[in-house]
Amino acid sequence: MSAQTQPLGAASWWARLRSGAGSSQLGIYVVFVLVVLVSYVVVTAAGGTFNWRNMAVRSVALGIVSVGQTLVILAGSLDLSVAYLVSVSAVLTSFIMDGQAANMPLAIGVVLLVGAVVGAVNGLLITKLRVHPFITTLGTGLVMRGLLSSRFSAQTGQVAPEFSQVLGYGLVGPVPVSVIVFALVAAAAIWMLRSTQFGSHLYAVGGSQEIARLSGVRSDRTLVITHVLCSLTAVLTGLYIAARLRAGAPWVGPDGGYDLESIAAVVLGGTALSGGRGGVGGTVAGVLILAVLDYVFNQLQVDGFLKMVLRGVIIIAAVATYTARSKRASE
Amino acid sequence: MTAHDEQQPLLTLRGISKSFFGNEVLSDIDLDCYRGEVHAIVGENGAGKSTLMKIIAGAYQPDRGTMTLDGEEVTYHLPADAQAKGVSIIYQEFNLLTDRTVAQNIFLGREPRKRFGIDRQKMERDTAELLAMLHVDSISPRQLVGSLSVAQQQMVEIAKALSFDARLLIMDEPTASLSPPEAEALFERVNLLRERGLSILYISHRLKEVFDLSQRITVIKDGRKVDTVLVDDVSPTDLVTMMVGRELSHYYPERARPEELGDVRLRVRGGGNARLRGIDFTIRAGEVVGMAGLEGSGRTEVAQALFGVEPFTEGVVELDGEPVRIRSPRQAIKRGLGYISEDRKSEGLVLVRSITENGGLALETLPSSERRARGVRDKTAAVVADLVDRVDVRAASLDQEVQFLSGGNQQKVVLVKWLATRAKVLIFDEPTRGIDVGAKAGIHDLIRELAREGLAVLMISSELPEVIGMSDRILVMRNGELAGELPAGSSEAEIMLLATGQEERGAAIDEAAAFGVAQQRSADEEARRQEPAASTQEDRA
Repeated sequence: MSAQTQPLGAASWWARLRSGAGSSQLGIYVVFVLVVLVSYVVVTAAGGTFNWRNMAVRSVALGIVSVGQTLVILAGSLDLSVAYLVSVSAVLTSFIMDGQAANMPLAIGVVLLVGAVVGAVNGLLITKLRVHPFITTLGTGLVMRGLLSSRFSAQTGQVAPEFSQVLGYGLVGPVPVSVIVFALVAAAAIWMLRSTQFGSHLYAVGGSQEIARLSGVRSDRTLVITHVLCSLTAVLTGLYIAARLRAGAPWVGPDGGYDLESIAAVVLGGTALSGGRGGVGGTVAGVLILAVLDYVFNQLQVDGFLKMVLRGVIIIAAVATYTARSKRASE
Repeated sequence: MTAHDEQQPLLTLRGISKSFFGNEVLSDIDLDCYRGEVHAIVGENGAGKSTLMKIIAGAYQPDRGTMTLDGEEVTYHLPADAQAKGVSIIYQEFNLLTDRTVAQNIFLGREPRKRFGIDRQKMERDTAELLAMLHVDSISPRQLVGSLSVAQQQMVEIAKALSFDARLLIMDEPTASLSPPEAEALFERVNLLRERGLSILYISHRLKEVFDLSQRITVIKDGRKVDTVLVDDVSPTDLVTMMVGRELSHYYPERARPEELGDVRLRVRGGGNARLRGIDFTIRAGEVVGMAGLEGSGRTEVAQALFGVEPFTEGVVELDGEPVRIRSPRQAIKRGLGYISEDRKSEGLVLVRSITENGGLALETLPSSERRARGVRDKTAAVVADLVDRVDVRAASLDQEVQFLSGGNQQKVVLVKWLATRAKVLIFDEPTRGIDVGAKAGIHDLIRELAREGLAVLMISSELPEVIGMSDRILVMRNGELAGELPAGSSEAEIMLLATGQEERGAAIDEAAAFGVAQQRSADEEARRQEPAASTQEDRA
């Protein structure tokens, strides 16, 4: 096979990056660099310190689930149930582990299975019953919330100390384990989208279900699998939070705002809410921007309510800029 | 008489019938398509052409009848079944993902694989080969489809069809949104494919293309086959007669008589913006002014500037002698302008709302004082009901969603929307695009009737016969400027000269000559042309 693989453009990784990433995604990195530079100057001028590791760790929980959210949004869907699934995953992990390292495989296995089931249910409701993703995932989220509150009201059980030490606080050299996990999840998703048939079909389904169907793509199956993958990232975020807090609680998901924040990170990263355009690379930048801003606001001791206002303004401004840019590009 | 007689057809249909909800859409269709021929399918909209093509392409299953491909009887359950047998279809609306690359689109669902993931290099190499086969060198396999022109996207569609090793290619109105040079480039490709032995079923409303490209023509009317004829045996008039079943001697309504023209209603002096320069013209009350020009010459931009979509930034617009500033469609509506846009589905109508709501949309934006000033006393719904009656919209009820109407009836609803505001100036952009021959005449009559009532009409069209047949004066655009003005009844050659510029004089005349007198359809010319056509047929007999 490789014998006839003449370089149609071996040195064109740049073109490939551009065609894969799209212009709005390159833009986000420029924004990211600017945000970091300005933040750095402002924070150091105000006498604060710029702690990279702290910022990276802050972005892990939101980052992992945002990768999954990117996938469903690219496929033309949406997942609002991730926040409660994060809670379910965190609570079940600490409940089943109950402080015993021996229970670790069981706990992780169970929550991954639960995640896969939730994702499959979301996907099947959307594709088979044709319920809008917004309603479907709002509904399954509420169901999870109800089930969780009926059984658990406060911090429940606790995770094995080893689990917490490694995933929550472990370091490989100077790099936190959790950051490595986030990087691996993001890299796997990027590879999948760029270089696999499934990734190609995912973009096609998000671009136009009809075109995908006419081209022989099994769009329903693609959408269900995508939802399963998204739910698994929510489970992973839940595992990380449990490790970090040493125990799970029903409020960790909704309090972290993982549903809407992840969607914000995705669109901030230049992925079209209507599906079919964008990628995980942009989302990672989006998550990092949110984390940097968060850190800066904390360092500058910005009032909590003002912080929300500023984040809202920044998200809207960023997306408005993309729209203006892509409008100009299309003219 | 031809080689076809000895040859076995590639595709044979016998007795194909299809009903939807008890309505028979196709009945008893027989068709033979040979290797290496372009076989045109013509007929009015709603005649059943598209349904027939979808059956051949496997998107629908026939209720009765047999299909034979290369001697073997075939039944399809899915379009993919037909594709596997070498039958590909290119719909009028492309099935391409704009945010994916050319190669990704062509091999969607059939991506070549290597050990890990997609073999991108093979995919792009194969794409390049397909494009090279079509003599297309302006497209790279890695380009995003959204960055290509419509004509280029069509080439991608053709390449995609070929990638299935197509033996039979079905093209549905392929030139509907192409400029003349782009269409010419397409015809070269079609001929190229035919010479390679592909069979092409070619659906078109444009008779010139049908005569230029095809070897045989099948006419379908009301779901039945009228006849299949060799292209040399018929004249365009015969064909139109077969399609609609009547002579088209009064194809265009009579033009305005001098005494019917009123004062100058609309005057533009030195109009310009980012896309237009030095636009000067007038339209009188009662006058239909045609506007011709190549695709991209600025025709639509003039309409949009007048209507405030992309307003003029220079120059003066006067309405009834009074200078007006129009900065938005809302202001344009208040000043009494109406714009029947090129793309009625995305700009003219809210498809999922009723006829009543769509018809009243523009009127509802007027303040009540303005309504009274224009003498609109009735409730909006009543105004709309009246007008729907008057322009003869055919619909089950006024509550019907406009998406379920035919193209011609949709266009009439757009018209109702503007008539309801008692507009003084109407701008039509491609008023009969995608509308069948019979309904076209109805729209033309309506435009003329409105002019007779004192409206000023600007009619933009890329169909030269329409411009010539309808206009009292003809404006020709080129490169964002007015290239000139021609009197009523000017020839296609004169328009093409202005539209293309002097340097291409020779080519333009050839092009125009190819259109031929066939499409000059005013009554007297029609009569004159009948005789030679009749005599050639006698000679043959």
